[in-house]
Amino acid sequence: MRVEIEINGVRTAHEVEPRTLLVHYIREVEGLTGTHIGCDTSNCGACTVHLDGEAVKSCTVLAAQADGHSVTTIEGLADGDEWHPVQKGFHECHGLQCGYCTPGMVMASVALLEENPDPSEAEIRTNLEGNLCRCTGYQMIVDSVRWAAENPAGSTVSGATQDGGAK
Amino acid sequence: MSLVGASVKRKEDPSLLVGRGTFVDDLAPRGTLFAKYVRSTEAHALIGGIDTSAAEAMPGVYAVITADDISQYPATENLPEEVAILRRRLLADGRVRFVGEPVAVVVADSRAAAEDATEAVVVEYEPLEVLATIEASLASMADPEGTRIHPDLGTNALPAIPEPEEVAPEYIAAPHKGSLRIHNNRCSAVPIETNACVADWGPDGLTLTASAQATHFLRTHLCAFFGIGKHECRVIAPDIGGGFGNKIALYPENYLAPILSRKLGRPVKFALTRSEAMVLMTHGRSQINDVEFGYDDDGRILAVRVHTMQDEGAYPDTTGMGLGVLTSWMAGGCYAIPTIQTWVTNVITNTTPVAAYRGAGRPEGAMLIERVIDWVADDLGLDPAEVRRRNFVQPDQFPYNTAAAPDTVFYDSGDYPAALDKLLAEMDYDSLLAEQQRRNADPNEKLMGIGLSTWIEIASFGPPGSLEGFGHLASWESASLRVQPDGSVVVSSGAGPTGQGTATSLAQIAADALGIHFDRVTVQFGDTDTVQQGIGTMGSRIMAVGGDAVRSAGMAVRERAAEIAAHMLEAAPGDLEVTDGAFSVKGTPSRSVTWAEVAFASYRPLDIPEGTEPGGLTETVFNSVPNFSFPSGAYGCVVGIDRDTGEVTVERYVCIDDCGTVVNPLLANGQVQGGVAQGIAQALYEHVTFDEHGQPQNATLMDYLVPAASDLPSLEEMGRISTPTENNSIGAKGIGESGAVGAPPAVANAVVDALSGFGVRHLDMPYSPEKVWRAMNEDSSKGEEAAR
Repeated sequence: MRVEIEINGVRTAHEVEPRTLLVHYIREVEGLTGTHIGCDTSNCGACTVHLDGEAVKSCTVLAAQADGHSVTTIEGLADGDEWHPVQKGFHECHGLQCGYCTPGMVMASVALLEENPDPSEAEIRTNLEGNLCRCTGYQMIVDSVRWAAENPAGSTVSGATQDGGAK
Repeated sequence: MSLVGASVKRKEDPSLLVGRGTFVDDLAPRGTLFAKYVRSTEAHALIGGIDTSAAEAMPGVYAVITADDISQYPATENLPEEVAILRRRLLADGRVRFVGEPVAVVVADSRAAAEDATEAVVVEYEPLEVLATIEASLASMADPEGTRIHPDLGTNALPAIPEPEEVAPEYIAAPHKGSLRIHNNRCSAVPIETNACVADWGPDGLTLTASAQATHFLRTHLCAFFGIGKHECRVIAPDIGGGFGNKIALYPENYLAPILSRKLGRPVKFALTRSEAMVLMTHGRSQINDVEFGYDDDGRILAVRVHTMQDEGAYPDTTGMGLGVLTSWMAGGCYAIPTIQTWVTNVITNTTPVAAYRGAGRPEGAMLIERVIDWVADDLGLDPAEVRRRNFVQPDQFPYNTAAAPDTVFYDSGDYPAALDKLLAEMDYDSLLAEQQRRNADPNEKLMGIGLSTWIEIASFGPPGSLEGFGHLASWESASLRVQPDGSVVVSSGAGPTGQGTATSLAQIAADALGIHFDRVTVQFGDTDTVQQGIGTMGSRIMAVGGDAVRSAGMAVRERAAEIAAHMLEAAPGDLEVTDGAFSVKGTPSRSVTWAEVAFASYRPLDIPEGTEPGGLTETVFNSVPNFSFPSGAYGCVVGIDRDTGEVTVERYVCIDDCGTVVNPLLANGQVQGGVAQGIAQALYEHVTFDEHGQPQNATLMDYLVPAASDLPSLEEMGRISTPTENNSIGAKGIGESGAVGAPPAVANAVVDALSGFGVRHLDMPYSPEKVWRAMNEDSSKGEEAAR
């Protein structure tokens, strides 16, 4: 069957088997490999993307269900070179180690902040229950989301800064 | 200003944060075929027959192979010669020994086609008796005709350290004695990225891209297996989505993908689903320790005797066979126990093989001795902190040769009393004790438990000979450093990082050693074609062994650069200093040349001193350390237990870590937090279980409880003391596994503390609500048995 899905602002159209999962459409058909697969029971959340602005687990959505709809993946989050505050926060606060859960974790965090711009630590932890991380123990992920909440778009820190000056 | 010691943000982040990381399953060279296992549904059975005909006929299927199709290949050399009979064949050969064991492989032009075809392969099994636990396997040994999982071996139990002939008189003479049987629950590392590899074997040779922590190690084994030279075999590890020790083992797919690629003339990829990974990737822990201990009225531990029984699973590998030995080495913890007797038995069972998982034998050692301390404190009515103080190795006793491994294990440095004092101050221990009194007396309040863990572990693997015992080429770590004509630097390290931020921390070390800006340094790993022979990331060794290699290489290059700079400035090298990326004459900053200018000159024969070779700003170091290092720490845990449901909540968790010199505090904290999270998870949530037929009971993330953010406490309370080690010039001891070693005992001691009012003297992990509820409401021995 033919599906048409807008991904990161680009209209895509492909012929796929009806059983094709959205995550496979994104990764293998369209070649956007930033969205990852970490389980087969919809527990880990590594596949989290936005479908019409709402965070969903793309392993639990059929490409056919996204036909005619709009998807944002991790590759579509930054505005050119300007990272989203959540991406900046994860960098500032060491919210990622291996980076495999990170695209899904970031997309889930972005959705959380859109709904709740000033979440408490407990709210962050509860809202990220659907995203498993094995490396960080979550503390620095919480810190990262808090950083983003406190440094929304338009505040002073910008871009992908490195801080390694041996000055 | 030194970068070493600074919380520098990571070089690794930008790619990963925008989805441009490259993990194995992101790679699909043109023409890649997809391989999928047909896996055993029986834990122990003879294979009656395998019918692949239907699968072979399905569209898109290129091949379906079984052991018969690859009989010309040897078994993998995952074990030394003495136990070669246990070496694992790539596919089950006439017999399966654990549920999930690969029996056949389907290769097709799409994942879906491969998956469909695996379901069409028909395997007949003739079930045999299943020995799914250590206890069952050992019990079968009593019967000379009993089930032997590897009949040619003739036994299910291999002694790794023999039982001492006599019981130590110091134990016999001890005024008080106690005993504990501690089950250390089997866990699965569950890196969020499962195992994956792509093999491409063409006329130019073999390239294997794999999610592997030790690529040169993998290459060595592939070359030996296939009888090819290292120059014809390239192993590449791209970004790896978590390892935790789980990606060191030599997995069958690492060999099958090359075999299939060579056969089919196309790249072949394996990418395990999570359900496959839960049974195919090696498990960790799964150890029983029978501990006997003697002590005096003051709580001084006089003697400890430990029999460690390590579950190996169906196919032991070299690491799996060494886990119990590491446990036995650390059985004394950070205590000056004068008499320790240990013996270790490796037990084969019809389960997934057991190998390294964060801590690899040391969490088990920390757990057993920390439980002994608390048990003794409980028995004598003493404060557990005080019993620890009375038993600690003191700061003036280093290097300390633990009685657990006389003449073998020498703790390098530490200050256990200081760490404990700092922890207790941070926790406000006395207030906690008062709060506990109040809460435990109030039926409307959750029960409260306080648990301490003053742990030690053995890291910085290791001195010459140590890693060789685990099948590695050597125990050094390598670094190559070269300065390019524009003054930028490339460092190649033998490390195999899986998220630790090694590119960042090694760049810090290189930048400091050279006096070059951090942003001008690139660090590479993982590709055996471009990185010199390396050993890999494991055993918390990279800062200590690998960092030192980078530092040495950097300093050698800096010295040579100074000579060129001196020549350019017509000064003596000793008169120069490096600041802001430039060499200048001390006291005359205007007389300077930049690193870039020096680097450029270094390639130009007319610009360098006579007798100097062009291209000389490069150095390769193979760095050895004289000894292991011994990170230690004091962790404190407060738990609340719901009196009605038995649910355990970690209310507070405080860490004091001693890893010697800290290269990057932000990254170090991340390592501790990640390790602690896995340790708390082992204590509360995780337990890989099999039924008596060896059927996995929790082989998906629905049932195997990897914690989410809401299942874990805040881990903000992190403190540090630092007793540097002399084993390397950086003074680092290693920290990667510390959290996983130190955390379970803290939680265990807290839970038992909370339940002591119910007469509970010991309870095994994991502390599920059911287990805890039964302990509160039933006879404690029944509680343990019922809930296991």
